[in-house]
Amino acid sequence: MMSHAAYVFTSYGIATLTVLGLIAWVILDGRARRRELVELEASGVRRRSAGQASGETP
Amino acid sequence: MSENSLAIRKFSDLANPTRFLALADRLLPWLSGLTALSFVVGLWLSFATEGDYQQGETVRIMYVHVPAAWLSMMCYSVMALAALGTLVWRHPLADVSARAAAPIGACFTFLALVTGSLWGKPMWGTWWVWDARLTSVFVLFLMYLGLMALNRAIDDPARSSKVSAILVLVGFVNIPIIKFSVEWWNTLHQPASVMRLDGPTIDPEFLWPLIVMAIAFTLLFFTLHIAAMRNEILRRRVTALRRLAARAAGREARAQ
Repeated sequence: MMSHAAYVFTSYGIATLTVLGLIAWVILDGRARRRELVELEASGVRRRSAGQASGETP
Repeated sequence: MSENSLAIRKFSDLANPTRFLALADRLLPWLSGLTALSFVVGLWLSFATEGDYQQGETVRIMYVHVPAAWLSMMCYSVMALAALGTLVWRHPLADVSARAAAPIGACFTFLALVTGSLWGKPMWGTWWVWDARLTSVFVLFLMYLGLMALNRAIDDPARSSKVSAILVLVGFVNIPIIKFSVEWWNTLHQPASVMRLDGPTIDPEFLWPLIVMAIAFTLLFFTLHIAAMRNEILRRRVTALRRLAARAAGREARAQ
């Protein structure tokens, strides 16, 4: 049987880990995608809509 | 591309992914700062306030459990709105929004389930019961996982967006079931004590940390969601560029 404080700290601990995991995923995913875009553009591939402000698809 | 052309003047301007990226870059630092600040205040209040006369220290689990549970439902509602955007208005960012929200919603639902379990053990004497509230939230968790699997299974967003939007809307029936499960059925889980027509029945000592933590979690959700949407737009650009490069390489090979 755990003490009440142990349940509280386990809850906050798991919450912290989950939230930090989400933040790390969002940051690392964004960095990896930006790197890929830079590499593609460096190899001469350009978006057709580059230079236009409208009329593009995601 | 002039700065002027990227200005967002009306809601429909958000449909342009380039404008959205510019807006996200401007908003994210502020949102992250506000989120961090609310968490500092919220966590301080969570541990500075007194424990409950019956529940003792375990009442502090509520400050994580309740916001996570609210967010798990709000995230699904955001996805349902996005699904409408995909099916009715064919908004180009709607599918991006729904897809980016699913993993975040899954994490909040997971947190609601785990912290609920950790609260249930000392207070109810059990980690889990198959009552209506717990079961319907577990179903919500499975739906998030199913939607994530579906989005990954179909590579082309143009094809997957419709299917997943329909699934999201069908699954939305679960949200009122979760909300009212504690009134419609006899559950071990207590009925609502904050979001009630006759006002909150919870003591202000616990209400304040709860409200601040709920604001912090909501800000966290929007920060993560906007950042994940930005990532999803970038991912689609990478895919489109790779396809373009492959086509160009094919043309060159034929020309030789």
